[in-house]
Amino acid sequence: MGDNPSRSVNATAGDLGVTNNGHAQGAGSGMSPSSFEPPLGGGGALPKKTRFSMETGFRGLSTAAGSMVLVIIVAIAVFLVSKAVPALQDNTANFLTEKTWFPNDTEPVFGIAALAFGTLLSSVIALIIAVPIALAIALFLSHYAPKRLATPLGFVIDLLAAVPSVVFGLWGRDVLQQPVREFSVWLNHYFGWLPIFGGEGPFGQSIMLGGLVLAIMVLPIVTSLSREVFQQTPGMNEEAALALGATRWEMIRTAVVPYGKPGVIAAVMLGLGRALGETIALALTLGITFNISFNLIQNGGNSIAANIANTFGEANSTGRGALIASGLVLFAITLVVNMTARAIIYRRREFRDSAA
Amino acid sequence: MAKRIEASNVSSYYGSFKAIDSVSMAVEPKTITALIGPSGCGKSTFLRSINRMHEVLPNARIEGRLTIDDQNIYDPDVDVTAVRRMIGMVFQRPNPFPTMSIYENAVAGLKLNGVKKKAVLDEAAEKSLRSANLWDEVKDRLDRPGAGLSGGQQQRLCIARTIAVEPQVVLMDEPCSALDPISTLAIEDLMFKLKDRFTIIIVTHNMQQAARVSDKTGFFSIDKTGDPGRLIEYDDTQKIFSNPTQKKTEDYITGRFG
Repeated sequence: MGDNPSRSVNATAGDLGVTNNGHAQGAGSGMSPSSFEPPLGGGGALPKKTRFSMETGFRGLSTAAGSMVLVIIVAIAVFLVSKAVPALQDNTANFLTEKTWFPNDTEPVFGIAALAFGTLLSSVIALIIAVPIALAIALFLSHYAPKRLATPLGFVIDLLAAVPSVVFGLWGRDVLQQPVREFSVWLNHYFGWLPIFGGEGPFGQSIMLGGLVLAIMVLPIVTSLSREVFQQTPGMNEEAALALGATRWEMIRTAVVPYGKPGVIAAVMLGLGRALGETIALALTLGITFNISFNLIQNGGNSIAANIANTFGEANSTGRGALIASGLVLFAITLVVNMTARAIIYRRREFRDSAA
Repeated sequence: MAKRIEASNVSSYYGSFKAIDSVSMAVEPKTITALIGPSGCGKSTFLRSINRMHEVLPNARIEGRLTIDDQNIYDPDVDVTAVRRMIGMVFQRPNPFPTMSIYENAVAGLKLNGVKKKAVLDEAAEKSLRSANLWDEVKDRLDRPGAGLSGGQQQRLCIARTIAVEPQVVLMDEPCSALDPISTLAIEDLMFKLKDRFTIIIVTHNMQQAARVSDKTGFFSIDKTGDPGRLIEYDDTQKIFSNPTQKKTEDYITGRFG
C-alpha cells in the first residue's frame, strides 16, 4: 500500500466533499438532508478496486465448470477406448466389414457393418416420414392456425416429446405392428417387384415399423424447434413480401422458409441425432437380424443401440468390449452428422449475420 | 402508369378502436402527396388502408370507399394481391429480405409473380436499381447480401424492389425516419425522379421534407389520445405551409402543437 491512502480514508474524503456540495445546493434548491449520503457516482478521490470480489469468484467458478466438460469428455473417451481395444484385438474377423455378432465365442467374430447399416436406414426412414409432416405442422402453428388453437396444439406436441421411449416401443410392438403387417402384405402384393417391398415374409417386425415409431418420436423435436424458428421471422419481412403482392403461401416461401432454413436444418439434425441413438423402441420393434438389406417390410433390421440393449445382459468381457466398440462407431456417426449440419448452417452465415 | 386514388369517408378500425374517422381526399396521378401530423394521428393507418395492408393485422377493417381510377379497392371480388402489386409500399425501416442478395431482392416481386426468364429479370433488376439511384453503387456486387448495405442504400434497394413490379402508386411510410441526412436527401432526389412515372404518397414527420418534396399536403390530427385521427386540412403544399386555413394546421406547422 505504501503512500496510497486506504479505501476508508478515500470514503471519508468523499463524504466530506459531498456534504459540502449538499449544503451549497441545499441553500439554493431547498434539498432534503438525505443528500448527505455520497452519490453513487462518488465524490472525492477515486477508490481502489477490490482485489477479491464476487467478480473473481464467479469467473473462477464458470471457468471450472467450462473445463469440467472437457475433462468429462476426455475421461469417457479414454474409458471407452481402453475397453474396446482388447476386444477388437481378440476379434478374428474385420470389425468394419463383418456382419455377424458372436463376440462371446472362444474365437470371437463380430463386425459393425449390419448394425451401422440398420441404424442409418431406420433413422433415414424416420426422417423421410417425419420431416415433411413436422414442417407442415410447424408452418400451420406459426402462420395459419388462430392463436387460440395454436397454443394448446403446440403444447400437445411438446407433450408427445415427454412420452418415454419404452412406451413408444411397447405401443409400436403391440398396437402398430398389426396394421403395419397388413399394409406390408398389401405393398408386397402390388409393389413386390420393387426390391424394398419384395420378399416372402413374414412381415411386420420390420424396418418400416421401427422407422414409423422413430418418426413419431422425432416429430415433436423437429416440429417445436421449426415452429420457434418460423415464428422468429421478422414481421417487417413478412409485410415486405405481402406488400409486393404475395399470397400467404408465397410470403411463407419468400420470407419465412429461407429465414428459418438454418434453424430447420439444425432441428432435423437434432431429430436425426435422437433417431440414431434411440435404443429401446427399436429393440422392441425390429426383427433383429444381422444382414444388410434395403427391404423395408420383411421381419428384420437391427441397430447399434438396440443391439447393445439386447445383448449386453449375456455378454462376457470381450462381448462388452465389442459392444463398447460399437458404441464408439455410433458416436462417430453422430459426430459426422453434427459436423455436416454445422457446415451447412455456417455456409450461409454471411447472409444471416448481416441480417441482424 | 400512375393512377388516381380517391378516398371518400374512409374510417379504419383496429377491432373496436377507431383509428381514423371519415377521411376524404383525392390524389392526382404523378404527384407527390405528403401526409403530416403528430404521432398516433392515423396517417400511417390511412396509408396502409390504401393498399389493404391494414387488414393484415388481426381484426383490422375499414369503412367507406377507396378507389383507384374509379375501381373500388375493397370490392369483395378484387384480388388483394393484385391491389398490392398495383399499389406498392416502402416501409419505415429498410426491410430487404435478409436471406437474399441485392439482385434477388430487386427482382423478388417479379419472381413472386412468376417471371422466370433470366434475361427479363436481369433487365428489370438493372432498370429498377438505376431508377432507385443505386445501380452505380452496387453493380459490382449484386450477389452480395442485401442486408449488408448501409441503411440508406437498403432503403433505396427496397424502393427498387417496390418499383421493379411497375406499380401505379407508391406509398412510403416515413421512408427516411431511420436514415441520416445525406441518405434522406438521396431519397428525396429519388422521389422527384419517380414522380414522372408514379403517384407517390408519403407519410413523414419531417415538415421540411413535406415542404420540399410534395405537391399537396394533408394534415392529420387527433383531439386527444383514444380519439380517432381526422384529416384537418388538405391542400396545395405551398398553401398549407404559407397560409393554412385551419388554426390547428397553423399551430402544428409553426411548432406550437404536436
